[in-house]
Amino acid sequence: MKLIIKGGLVVDPVAGSATIKDILVVEGKIAETGANLSAGGAVVLDAAGRLVAPGLIDMHVHLREPGFEAKETVYTGTRAAARGGFTTVACMPNTNPVIDNAALIRSIINSARTGGLVQVCPVGAITRGSRGEELAEMGDMAEAGAAAFSDDGMPVSNAGLMRRAMQYAKMLDKALISHSEEKSLSAGGSMHEGYISTILGLKGISACAEEVMVARDILLAEETGCRVHIAHVSTAGSVRLLQEAKARGVRVSAEATPHHFTLTDEAVMGFDTNTKVNPPLRTGADLAAVRQGLADGTIDVIATDHAPHTAEEKDVEYERAPFGLVGLETAVGLVWTELVNTGVLTPLQAITCMTLNPARILGIPKGTLEPGADADITIIDPALAEVVDPAKFASKGRNTPFAGRMLKGLPWLTMISGRIVMRGGVLEEENQQQ
Amino acid sequence: MIKEKAQILDQEGIRRSLTRIAHEIIERNKGTDGLALVGIRRRGVPLAGRLAERIMDIEGHRVPVGILDITLYRDDLTTLAHQPLVRSTEISFQVEGKIVVLVDDVIYTGRTIRAALGALIDLGRPKAIQLAVLIDRGHRELPIRADYIGKNVPTAKKEEISVRLQEIDGEERVVILETPD
Amino acid sequence: MKLRGKDMVGLRHITAQEIELILNTAEAMKGIINRQIKKVPTLRGRTVITVFYEASTRTRTSFELAAKYLSADTVGIAAATSSVSKGESLKDTARNIAAMGADVVVLRHPMAGAAELLASTLQASVINAGDGAHEHPSQGLLDLFTAREKKGRLEGLKVAIIGDIMHSRVARSDIWGYTRMGAEVRLAGPSTLIPRDIEKMGAIVCENIEDALAGADVVNVLRIQTERQQQGLFPSLREYSRMFCINRERLGLAAPDALLMHPGPMNRGIEISPDVADGLQSVITEQVTNGVAVRMALLYLLIGGGAR
Repeated sequence: MKLIIKGGLVVDPVAGSATIKDILVVEGKIAETGANLSAGGAVVLDAAGRLVAPGLIDMHVHLREPGFEAKETVYTGTRAAARGGFTTVACMPNTNPVIDNAALIRSIINSARTGGLVQVCPVGAITRGSRGEELAEMGDMAEAGAAAFSDDGMPVSNAGLMRRAMQYAKMLDKALISHSEEKSLSAGGSMHEGYISTILGLKGISACAEEVMVARDILLAEETGCRVHIAHVSTAGSVRLLQEAKARGVRVSAEATPHHFTLTDEAVMGFDTNTKVNPPLRTGADLAAVRQGLADGTIDVIATDHAPHTAEEKDVEYERAPFGLVGLETAVGLVWTELVNTGVLTPLQAITCMTLNPARILGIPKGTLEPGADADITIIDPALAEVVDPAKFASKGRNTPFAGRMLKGLPWLTMISGRIVMRGGVLEEENQQQ
Repeated sequence: MIKEKAQILDQEGIRRSLTRIAHEIIERNKGTDGLALVGIRRRGVPLAGRLAERIMDIEGHRVPVGILDITLYRDDLTTLAHQPLVRSTEISFQVEGKIVVLVDDVIYTGRTIRAALGALIDLGRPKAIQLAVLIDRGHRELPIRADYIGKNVPTAKKEEISVRLQEIDGEERVVILETPD
Repeated sequence: MKLRGKDMVGLRHITAQEIELILNTAEAMKGIINRQIKKVPTLRGRTVITVFYEASTRTRTSFELAAKYLSADTVGIAAATSSVSKGESLKDTARNIAAMGADVVVLRHPMAGAAELLASTLQASVINAGDGAHEHPSQGLLDLFTAREKKGRLEGLKVAIIGDIMHSRVARSDIWGYTRMGAEVRLAGPSTLIPRDIEKMGAIVCENIEDALAGADVVNVLRIQTERQQQGLFPSLREYSRMFCINRERLGLAAPDALLMHPGPMNRGIEISPDVADGLQSVITEQVTNGVAVRMALLYLLIGGGAR
């Protein structure tokens, strides 16, 4: 089985280049890249005018399995990923039960193998049950295939415990993903604390609730030498802390979400529960700092924090609604519309944030177009424009604040190990059924 | 386009009508004892004031004057294109036991007067209620008639009577307007 | 003239002209309350449903009386907070209300935004009778009405609001209303109970209570919930009272003819001393009467006719 992707602008984050050339895929692997490639019997895929990148990686996704299958499953979540142009996702362990042991890691990997459409890298819990009391068996989980560790959503509040977790994770050479939130500062809050929360009468979550923990985990990373990844950076203060830490050589990385670089707390004005997310949508100054952080490399990764919920759960009073919004199927469109088309990031920077950088943090051999690598490839059509319609989502979750928004620059094709799984916004399995 | 068809009363005409009505009121009630005037908003209000002055001129006695707002008693609120403004009813005297003369500019279907009767009776139990209007244009839809009439004007339904008073309109005359079909 | 919206969920989006219209209409309504037969036939055949997820006898009674004076039928649904926790969603309640054919739904709810959620679901008009710490427009309007009635104007008035601003929906509605009408609003209270950036609403945050009271024409004292102390927002009720209680001496800092208001119910001796609460400057009981008039005005203006 041979396939040539012809004439696309190949964005190669490893080489740091974006050039028009061809890619030859043989038996699910990248065989060769270069100009005017040809191979007998190869299927030719015309990518002229489009952008060819390594398969996109979303290192922050909630697949909700096991325990919350009404919100999402590995089956539906990975299809949402494929539709969104992602070939690999890392899924968070805040399921029921919490993914805090090797058996559960294996069960996720199995689920993904049997019913999943894209590669799934499970993230294991730092502490048992994410209760923040005692370390989970991180060694066993690492051996079973855990890509990183996090108590996402239930941050480790005990600094001593977090320090030990970092020492331990360093031994395993795994990154700890810090959901940076000081619960005593955020408790009861449902949006950013500021003018908008004041006029809406909603309890706020101050920027400090995040920054205090970012600072703590940077200091602990500095002391332990562990690789720490700050999830969903949302404030200007966090960006500044990261900048200073990186300048000192601390092994810290960070991610930002499309909603944090697109929306501010003003989006909450109509009490749309689809704007309720943790960390909350912040101010215009925070949004600008996050964009600047992505542009200057302070923030390494774009990840979605894809957090599906059922319509019933979201169709309630703002304070009662759960945090989270879906992101897999709008991410590329938002990156292009908000960052690339506006000149904040070059296509190469954007692609690097969604491929090579998360691959390195997770320690997986992805995010590259080097010969011999798995032929995980995403083709983006920068001219393709569409209004976000949640009814078209493959995800079970429809909880997006972006419905009705026009996005330009969309994933056109997703290929996993040489197999096309999505084309023109439609999953290939659906194309075949028709 | 609404166009003016004819003038029915000029300034003098209005003055004479009111003077006559004042006399009739005094005559009918044998003086001013227990008498009170209540003007229906809007144009009944200045008319009631003027009647009170005429009565003062004639009898040397000032009868109490009140203002009635009937908006909350209207039976056509749900069908109106525009929501009418609610204004205060200003009746500072007890209506209980009084002979109240309701004053309005035009009587037409009788529905305004029905509402006014309801509004007035909710304020207490007058001894009697009488009605004075400057113009009676006919077309009654309810069994209501005026006791004192300045002028009877037969009209077609598509016509409209416009009473213009100095206090409200800056001029003093009564005209028939015609709205084309 | 007519209100622009189908609902009354807050004063933030209400124009000065609309406030003027409501207050003028309320003036006429007050005339009805003051007479012997307190009933007009205006809303005959209309139904007003009050849905209270928080107990509030005063506000609920005020709305029910307002509806009855206008001849509307009223039904009360006491939706205990427990049914919220049991999972009966507000939307389900809304569907039931719609099925009952209400013309107006009056909602009191412990969570901000509940009235907007209900309004977006229902064809009926929704009046927010207090949603969390968001807004309580009819209370704001009755405060404005009382101030205007006594002072003859709102423009240029100095209004001091004292106490727990953070959790107060009354404070928010008052700030929108007074500032829109050209009054100056000053706030004072424990710094832990002054919400972030509230000065951007157009109010002046005072460092101390004396600055807020100096020369004020209206002093509005907010109720302090004892649970705020349990939440650790201030050290003790005793200290709160010592620092923020409006007593004769503090009221003396305001203009000599200043009006003293309180949205009720009062904690006498904590946020307000009994002698001033019952003193000559107190208009607290008149606020209650005016509340009925303002609510009558709202009911009339929302469903009293005129094609939308």
